[in-house]
Amino acid sequence: MRWFWIDRFTEFVCGSHAVAVKGVSLSEDHMHEHMVGYPIMPNSLVTEGLAQAGGLLVSEKYGFSELVVLGKIAKATFHTRVRNGDTLTYRVQVESVRGDGAAVSATAHVGDQLHAEALLFYARLGEDSGELSGAKLFSPRDLQHWLSLVGVFEIGVREDGTPMKESDYPLQECPSTM
Amino acid sequence: MPTEDEIFDKVREALMDALGVDDDEVVPTATLQGDLDAESIDFLDIVFRLEKAFDIKIERGELFPEDILTNADYVNDGKVNEEGIVKLRERMPFADLTKFESEPLVQNLGQQLTVKDMCNFVAHKLAA
Repeated sequence: MRWFWIDRFTEFVCGSHAVAVKGVSLSEDHMHEHMVGYPIMPNSLVTEGLAQAGGLLVSEKYGFSELVVLGKIAKATFHTRVRNGDTLTYRVQVESVRGDGAAVSATAHVGDQLHAEALLFYARLGEDSGELSGAKLFSPRDLQHWLSLVGVFEIGVREDGTPMKESDYPLQECPSTM
Repeated sequence: MPTEDEIFDKVREALMDALGVDDDEVVPTATLQGDLDAESIDFLDIVFRLEKAFDIKIERGELFPEDILTNADYVNDGKVNEEGIVKLRERMPFADLTKFESEPLVQNLGQQLTVKDMCNFVAHKLAA
């Protein structure tokens, strides 16, 4: 299993909001292991998908150059059950960005049905976090690969509406730091 | 300008929502980290809620001047020196630093911040 909990962004507006989708498939292991005999998508993994979508939006705000980690799930409420064959639509909105972190509100829908609402806080660890912790947690190349897989540079726009450019971000540096 | 009671009510609500504590726990003398179990990430949450509740903007380091506490000019052997204390007084006119000054260990500052200090901070911001 790979730890990708969004399949693709369909909207990504820097510093503002993003929309991502996640197709729920019966071939995924977690569908069979959460409630045996009754496959549903675990809400914890819906939360992870929201956190990944919001985290990439916040990370962009810091130029995709610093470590941003989920620090706190201040609220997470769930209203329905997500079954195989459903498509989850994650909407994340930047509520606040500060020097030390950011707040993001998030929802998950299946079709028109609201499934989840969350308020997430991210901590910005800064450029020197790798040196402080002794190891880099994320290499720019891995981040670049992830952003490409989920289509950020295909559909992403800056706040002024102009397309994002991959070359504007330091995503190719330090290839051997993992 | 809201009254002291109005400020306290909104601060209490922000702390209850951010920290998951009951209203009777949020008393003016309660310390955020010691009595209400606030962790560092909770301060982001608290600041976010205070900004919304009072329509104010709180910059990094305004509530908690970490730049002073990590500046070698103001800290010796884990203790804030006289110069640092003066700086802290300037930056934190809303906080009662009397207890901190008796043993100015860096880690003590956050632990001694009280609900009353938070209310004073908001009043200070609103009056600015």
